Amino acid sequence: MKLITAIVKPFKLDDVKAALETFGVTGMTVSEANGYGRQRGHTEVYRGAEYEVDLVPKVRIEVLVDDDDAEDVIDVIVKSAQTGKIGDGKVWAVPVENVVRVRTGERGTSAL
Amino acid sequence: MKLDSGNTAWMMAATALVLLMTPGLAFFYGGMVRSKNVLAMLMQNFVCMGIVSVLWVIDLFSLAFGPDKLHGFIGNPATHVGLKTGTDLFVAGVPTAVIATFQITFAIITAALITGATADRLRFGPFVLFVSVWSVLVYAPIAHWVWGGGLLAQFHSVRDSTGAITKLGIEDFAGGTVVHINAGIAGLALTLVLGKRIGWPKERMRPHNVPYVMLGAGLLWFGWLGFNAGSELASDSTAGIALVNSVVATAAAMLTWLIVEKIRDGHSTGLGAASGLVAGLVAITPASGYVTPMGAIWIGAAAGAVCALAVAIKFKFGFDDSLDVVAVHLVGGILGALSIGFFGQDAVNSFGRDGLFYGGGLGQLGRQFVGVGVVLGYSFVVTFLIAKVIDITWGLRVSRDVELEGLDINLHAESAYDTGGAASHTSTSGTLASASEKVSS
Repeated sequence: MKLITAIVKPFKLDDVKAALETFGVTGMTVSEANGYGRQRGHTEVYRGAEYEVDLVPKVRIEVLVDDDDAEDVIDVIVKSAQTGKIGDGKVWAVPVENVVRVRTGERGTSAL
Repeated sequence: MKLDSGNTAWMMAATALVLLMTPGLAFFYGGMVRSKNVLAMLMQNFVCMGIVSVLWVIDLFSLAFGPDKLHGFIGNPATHVGLKTGTDLFVAGVPTAVIATFQITFAIITAALITGATADRLRFGPFVLFVSVWSVLVYAPIAHWVWGGGLLAQFHSVRDSTGAITKLGIEDFAGGTVVHINAGIAGLALTLVLGKRIGWPKERMRPHNVPYVMLGAGLLWFGWLGFNAGSELASDSTAGIALVNSVVATAAAMLTWLIVEKIRDGHSTGLGAASGLVAGLVAITPASGYVTPMGAIWIGAAAGAVCALAVAIKFKFGFDDSLDVVAVHLVGGILGALSIGFFGQDAVNSFGRDGLFYGGGLGQLGRQFVGVGVVLGYSFVVTFLIAKVIDITWGLRVSRDVELEGLDINLHAESAYDTGGAASHTSTSGTLASASEKVSS
């Protein structure tokens, strides 16, 4: 099993969610995040004073998937989140040792 | 004099309008500070409504509007102690109680305006003391000079037998000198005593809620119609002129501030719209009953542009006027007070005199200059002394740790926002600790 984490632009969340549902992913966790990559944030101006805002708002999407689906799910996220402009975000996958469904106690891939 | 129900009704409505300006100002300022200090800012404004109202009824109204004492420096404190019955008529068939209450709201907002200069670092208790002393020693005398028939005496300049001027004859319809120049220069004095915020100007201190700023500015504009049109103290055609001027000068100032921003910074901003409209209101305040609507457009347009540029002054000279009370209220107030010397027209208000542009020569402009200078000098010196004494004896500024952690939690034991995060669902962060103990014991 893999945990796929995607950091994307907040306004792309609906597109990514819809694409993942179409692919067949049955659940996800979404949280708000702040950060920066190579684009180094943006500039805001208040009464003529410029402020460098380096921590830009993003959303973090986490999905647990079977090993076989991992590459496809990553592709689905990348395709649906892409605008081609700087600051589109990142997606990564890490191996997961175990998953348990709290309600039933099921373990492993049957808990996905 | 008989009671005039029309004038009285308008003055009561205008009082309610002006009272709402202070909560409006609280949000205008509150949105501009960081989220850890928003309640402290709101509280400073609200407590002005508490302390000044009580002091005003006890005796400040006498000091400001009683007959001259000390050669016109102050009103006779024995005149309206506790407002007595309040049922006698003060002017234009309006009861003293109504005029006194209308004037409470001016005294409140003048003190509240100062708080913008001192955001994020002022202690609450010493501030309450400061406002109390300041209202007695600074606001009441200046209000007496201009509106109470004292030294600067609106409308009527007076000379003694030797020809020396004993009363200036300034024109200040609704408070360019008494309210805005006074609060602006007092804010500067208090800022100089307090010092800069930790990290200013290097660190980012951007407004935490621009929609609050715009909401506050909207409420200010709404209330300001009572502030300016109510300052006629009657429901008549001059009040109507003040009303239209307060709309159109404000509109023009918003536009020119946005134009300056577009040219200088590349974007017109929400904060700029809010700031511009307030700058316009400030500038038209002293002139609102003396100029034509077209004159008001020129005054507003000038104020929007000049105040937008004046924001740079604090960076140039290195004083931390946190929310630009100097740029908006002091500069805007001076611009407005002097503008009467150019745009004033006797045809608009029979008590007014023609300005430079209408064949009146330099006379009124000169009187405006002198009046502005006197208010600037007096308010700065006395405010600085009051602040310095309180700072030495009690301490005006919060500790470094409190400033960094935030004023709300430290000064008021409250936080402004429950963002609905994980902490708001856990019992450990929300147990009713001390209250439940008190109930059970």
